Amino acid sequence: MQNTRLVETLVGVFVAAGFAALFMLAMKVSNLNAFSNVEGYEVMAKFDNIGGLKVLSSVSVSGVRIGRVTSIAYDQESYLAVVTMTIDPKYNRLPTDTSASIFTSGLLGEQYIGFEPGGEEAFLKEGDIISLTQSAMVMEQIIGQFLFSKASEGSKAE
Amino acid sequence: MNSLQQLGHGTLTAFQRLGRAHLFLFAILAGTPSLLLRLRLLIQQIFSVGVLSLVITVVAGLFVGMVLGLQGYYTLVDFGAEDSLGVMVALSLVRELGPVVAALLFAGRAGSALTAEIGLMKATEQLSGMEMMAVDPLKRVIAPRFLAGVLSLPLLAAIFSAVGVMGGYFVGVGVLGVDEGAFWSQMQSRVDFDEDIMNGVIKSIVFGVVVTWVAVFEGYDAVPTSAGVSRATTRTVVYASLAVLGLDFVLTALMFGEI
Repeated sequence: MQNTRLVETLVGVFVAAGFAALFMLAMKVSNLNAFSNVEGYEVMAKFDNIGGLKVLSSVSVSGVRIGRVTSIAYDQESYLAVVTMTIDPKYNRLPTDTSASIFTSGLLGEQYIGFEPGGEEAFLKEGDIISLTQSAMVMEQIIGQFLFSKASEGSKAE
Repeated sequence: MNSLQQLGHGTLTAFQRLGRAHLFLFAILAGTPSLLLRLRLLIQQIFSVGVLSLVITVVAGLFVGMVLGLQGYYTLVDFGAEDSLGVMVALSLVRELGPVVAALLFAGRAGSALTAEIGLMKATEQLSGMEMMAVDPLKRVIAPRFLAGVLSLPLLAAIFSAVGVMGGYFVGVGVLGVDEGAFWSQMQSRVDFDEDIMNGVIKSIVFGVVVTWVAVFEGYDAVPTSAGVSRATTRTVVYASLAVLGLDFVLTALMFGEI
C-alpha cells in the first residue's frame, strides 16, 4: 500500500511539474504575461516616438544599467508615448533635470533608454516625470532627411 | 520471377502489418473509455512511462539549452545581435527541439521498455492467459500503457523546453553576459503563445500517439521468442524515431509554412 502511495505521489509531482513547465513557458517565455517584478522607484518620461523600445528594455546612465522599462502606454491628451521606468533604489541621486534619450545598442541591437544627468540640486523620486526627452531615431526618417537635404543642396548649386 | 514474387510478398506483408496496426489502434481507442473506471492502472503506467523518463528528459533539456545558448551566442555576437539570444533559444526549443528530442528520448527510454514488456508478456503467454480468464488484454494491458504514453510525452516535452530555456539563460546571461532584460523581453515579444507554444504542444501530442502506438503494436505483434522480442524492440526505436522526424517536417510545414 505504501508503494502505491509513493507511485501516486510521484505521478502527481510529474504531472504538476509538466503543467508548471507549460505555465512557465506561457508566462515567462511567450507574450502572454502581464507582470514583471522589478524593485525600485518609478519615474516617467514622454516621447514623441519610442521606436522599438519594449517593456523590460534597460535604462542606463553612462552605459551602466540602473533600471528597466516597466510599462509603455500612449497618452491621448498629449499625443505622446508614456514610458514608465523602474530605477534601482540605490541609484537615488539623479537630478530632476536629467534628460532621457532612446538609443540603439549596435546596428541591429535592441533599443534602450539612456539618462544624461543634469545639474539640479533636487533628485528624482517616485512618480516624477522627466521632461527633457529625445525620441528614438527612426531609420526611415533619418534617410528621408538625408535625401531631402541632399536634394536641396543640389537645387542650390544650380 | 522469384525475386518479383519476393518483392510482392514483402509488400503484402508490410501492408498487412500496417492494416493490423490500424485495427489495433482502433481497438485500443475503443478500450480507452473503460480505463477511466480503473485510474489506478493508468497512474501505475504514467509512473513507469513518464516519471521514470523524467531524469533523462531534464538532463538532456538542460544540456541542449546550454549548447543552444553557446552556439547561438557565438553566431549572433558577430552581428551585434546577441540580445536576440533569448528568442533564438526559446523558439528553437518550443517549436522544434522540445517536442522532437523529447519524443526521440521517449522512444528510446519508454518505447523500447513498453515493447519489451508487452512482447515478453506475449512470449510467456501471459496475454493468452488473460484471454483464457476472459480478461481483454487490450483493455487491461495495452490501453493503459497507450494512454499513459500519450499523456506523458506532452508533459515531458514542456519540461524539456522549460529546462532548456533555463539552460540557455544560464549560459547566455550567467556565463556570456547577455543583458538579462533583453534576453527575456525580446523572447517575450517574439514568442507567441498560440502560434509557437501551443503548436509545440500539439506536435508533442501527435508524437506521443505515434511513438506509443508503434511501441505497443510492435510488442503485441512481436514473434513470441526471445529473438523476436529483441527484434521488435529494435524496430520500435527505429520506426518511432523515423516517424517522429518525418512527421515533424509535415507538421512544421502545416503549422508554420504558408503552403
